[in-house]
Amino acid sequence: MRRQDGIWNRVDWLLIAVFFILVILGWLNIYAVVYDAEQEQNIFSFDLNSGKQLIWIAGSLVIITAIMILDYKFFDSFAYYIYAVVLVLLVLVLIVGTEIAGNQSWFVFGSVRLQPSEFAKFATSLAIAKYFSSNNVRLDQFKEQIKSSLFVLVPMGLVIMQGDAGTALVFISFILVYYREGLPSFYVITGLSAAIIFILTLLVDQMYLSIGVIVLATIIIVINNKRLKNIGITILAAVIVIGVIQSVDYVISDVLKPHQQNRLKALVNPDADPLGYGWNVTQSKIAIGSGGTFGKGFLEGTQTKFDFVPEQSTDFIFCTIGEEHGWAGSFVLIILFLVLMVRIIVVAERQKSNFARIYGYAVAGIFFFHFGINIGMTIGLFPVAGIPLPFFSYGGSSLWSFTILLFVLIKLDAHRMQVLTR
Amino acid sequence: MIENRKYIIQFLIVLVGIIFLVKLFSIQVMDSRYKLAAENNVINKVVQYPYRGLILDRNHKIIVHNTPVYDIMVVPKEVNVPDTTVFCNLLNITEEEFIAKTQKAKEYSYIKQSLFYPQLSNEEFAKIQTRLVEYQGFYPVARTVRKYPEPVLANGLGYIGEVSKRQLERDTANYYKQGDFIGISGIEAAYEEELRGKRGVKYKLVNVRGIEKGSFNDGKFDTLSVPGNNLVSTIDLELQKYAEYLMKDKVGSIVAIEPTTGEILAFVNSPSYDPNLLAGRNYSKNFGELNKDTLKPLFNRPIMAQYRPGSVFKLVQSLIALQEGVVTPSTRIACNRGIINCHGSHSNEDLHGAIKYSCNPYFYQTFKRIIQQGDLDDFNKDARVGLTTWNRYLNDFGFGRKLGIDIPNESPGLVPGPTYYDYYYQKDHWNFYTIYSLSIGEGELLTTPLQVANLASILANRGYYIRPHMVKGIETTDSYYKIQYERQDTGIDSVHFTTVVDAMGEIVDGTARVARVKDIQIAGKTGTVQNKDSFDHSAFMAFAPKKNPQIAISVYVENAGWGGGVAAAITGLLIEKYIKGEVASNRAWVENYVMTKAYLNNL
Repeated sequence: MRRQDGIWNRVDWLLIAVFFILVILGWLNIYAVVYDAEQEQNIFSFDLNSGKQLIWIAGSLVIITAIMILDYKFFDSFAYYIYAVVLVLLVLVLIVGTEIAGNQSWFVFGSVRLQPSEFAKFATSLAIAKYFSSNNVRLDQFKEQIKSSLFVLVPMGLVIMQGDAGTALVFISFILVYYREGLPSFYVITGLSAAIIFILTLLVDQMYLSIGVIVLATIIIVINNKRLKNIGITILAAVIVIGVIQSVDYVISDVLKPHQQNRLKALVNPDADPLGYGWNVTQSKIAIGSGGTFGKGFLEGTQTKFDFVPEQSTDFIFCTIGEEHGWAGSFVLIILFLVLMVRIIVVAERQKSNFARIYGYAVAGIFFFHFGINIGMTIGLFPVAGIPLPFFSYGGSSLWSFTILLFVLIKLDAHRMQVLTR
Repeated sequence: MIENRKYIIQFLIVLVGIIFLVKLFSIQVMDSRYKLAAENNVINKVVQYPYRGLILDRNHKIIVHNTPVYDIMVVPKEVNVPDTTVFCNLLNITEEEFIAKTQKAKEYSYIKQSLFYPQLSNEEFAKIQTRLVEYQGFYPVARTVRKYPEPVLANGLGYIGEVSKRQLERDTANYYKQGDFIGISGIEAAYEEELRGKRGVKYKLVNVRGIEKGSFNDGKFDTLSVPGNNLVSTIDLELQKYAEYLMKDKVGSIVAIEPTTGEILAFVNSPSYDPNLLAGRNYSKNFGELNKDTLKPLFNRPIMAQYRPGSVFKLVQSLIALQEGVVTPSTRIACNRGIINCHGSHSNEDLHGAIKYSCNPYFYQTFKRIIQQGDLDDFNKDARVGLTTWNRYLNDFGFGRKLGIDIPNESPGLVPGPTYYDYYYQKDHWNFYTIYSLSIGEGELLTTPLQVANLASILANRGYYIRPHMVKGIETTDSYYKIQYERQDTGIDSVHFTTVVDAMGEIVDGTARVARVKDIQIAGKTGTVQNKDSFDHSAFMAFAPKKNPQIAISVYVENAGWGGGVAAAITGLLIEKYIKGEVASNRAWVENYVMTKAYLNNL
């Protein structure tokens, strides 16, 4: 048996350090958004978002302590129960929840608001980690693929019913876990191709795209495959692709809601209506772009005040960094996130237990999607989707849920050696 | 094979990071379009100063209104003045001043706006407006200053000035900001919260050169300034003007009250100043000069000056004696000039005659009867009981305490009580013979002209008064409400006033003939305030008409001699002016008489 060191000697200090750096930078940044040179304001004032965020940060410290005190086997043992509770909450919020900004996803208790979908990500991570680790799941089998995917699709469906498409999108991140655990590449490649074709369709005229596909198919047939079977497969693929291309219009106009359509249009051509649906992306890019190489300086931003950029404390918080700290600041931020995510994967890979490894990948995937979608939308690489930038966006639910995600992994990692002695 | 997937995933993450960095590099470093767009996108926060409420007279004539001026503000960080000399010529300042002002602004804040040059008038601003835009970092901010169409009532109105550091610290509601104006004295201070209104904010889109590009977001975030409420004052502007005219070259004060309502009709301090002097750019310079003036134009005599009341006080003594039952209207007392001297020829008057001739021995005896009522065997202790009773009456008359006029800095006057004499003579070591000079309104007694005018009100109302006030109602944009005042009783039965008021009515036919006005019965009393080293002050107190009084008045003219003279003349003229609207031509000689008395020049 290993010598029982204190928990703090076994935790991954790199992850903890990056966590604290991000939280503190995030807090300063929230102050920068509300800062008004005309008024004497205190960063600690509870009238300001920065003051309130400080309460949330204090709360997350309590959560961290609680996680560290809990038995590490708790998460494994109670994974399904936690998952079940969150599913019940997700159903309940549809019935008795409060609608805020178009999303029926909030529980409101007096002045406290809670968004269960933020915690659904955590619960789902635990549940699939438990499922994959306790059953010998063969992801190359179609039956298992369907069965295991339900763990993700059920909460995702409930979140979509709340009208929160952004958060639902994050559940797609679990595909990374499935991929790591043996899902055939075929699915990932097909999915990626479909997404690329979808976006290409938005950017290029459908007619030219269809002609391009036919030309490409013809070239493949002529150069590579003289065999009848391969010609057949190529033609079939081409027909499917052209079908997808032609269906994009239908999907956009009939499946997506008008504001979602606009967000797609804004992605493709923000200049078409800069004061209308292009406003967010245009203003966001102006704010970031005006930062230049080294930015305007802390609290000196002019574009991320007065709601030029909407949701500037929450979804569009990255604009403030881009404006006040320029490319250099953005560089530091992105590197910090890359360090965080890569480190999570390294930590996940060194786990002895499957449960911890799979959970680690789920955490990496969730951070990756939030990071990618959030920053991607502010710089016009992704349609606007209302999801927060971890540790930076203002708000308690999101800060706490990311803290829980990360520190449960740190807790499991700290006990990785004890698994053998079990 | 599957093990390699961890590298693929890590690669994917790093790839997305690199794509972001490349994209950011292109929009932040390579592409200048966004910087230009941002420059066209700057928001200027423009404070909309509210209009301070107007002050109107009782007939809704404007006493105080606002006139626009322009403050030139500076943001040191943005300043770019290519040619200092030209710029200085524009504002008519020296280069040293320019450097000093810039330095001061920098000390305040490098990035915040601060005042560079205050209060350019409309004409001055029009001249430089087009040139000013050439100088970066300077912004004109429109605001208003007070304007007074008639240069009267300066001390009653008070003035406004920049809010002080101490006031800012005490302003917990955070209404005021540095550079804001606040009422400092008079009505302006007392009704500050009604007058000030509410600041608004306008967000304007401007480019970096400060050129306006329109309102931001269709004014969604703008807040309108709310103008302050108008005050309807009790002052009769015509009467006020005339009263100030009559007080020309004299030191003193006039307070005229409508007895039934306590509304102050005229409130004159002399010498005073043109209120326009303290509104505008030269405020500090003018204030300094007024403050140094030996005639003290800033000293608000109607409520701050304290004089010994003199003979006027005999009316109060009469009423208290009647109420206490120590004399009756028919009580006769010999004019024994051995104890206290007297004037005029009379010997053994009843109360009526005593008031009419202002008989000192009569009131000496009367006061003795009030103080020494014989309730206690110990003469000294008996005096304490009597004086306590007497104090209570005086308090009910509004003497020896602030009456509570609705403007600040009122003096209480002085009515000595038992504790006062205890302090000077030890407890129970004093009695009537120690304090007898109070009987004829001398001794330690001090009253303000306002308290004496209020006494005239009490006499006019036969026993009560309404707290004197200068503002009777408040006009908001869509409503008006009257400020309510309650009736204050003196505790003297109205029957006791008959003798006193009748005697006052004869004074105008006797000693104060100069105050007589045709068809108006005036009830008055002279009061001469004796001074050791200089001329006596002339004082007169009256109300009119004797039946259904409309005006109660007190007039003090310092160093003008006997009360039946110029003070009575002024009183008569003001009563005539107020009740009849104008002074009859056959009384022009009285006005002439008053105007030739330039006592100020004699000092």
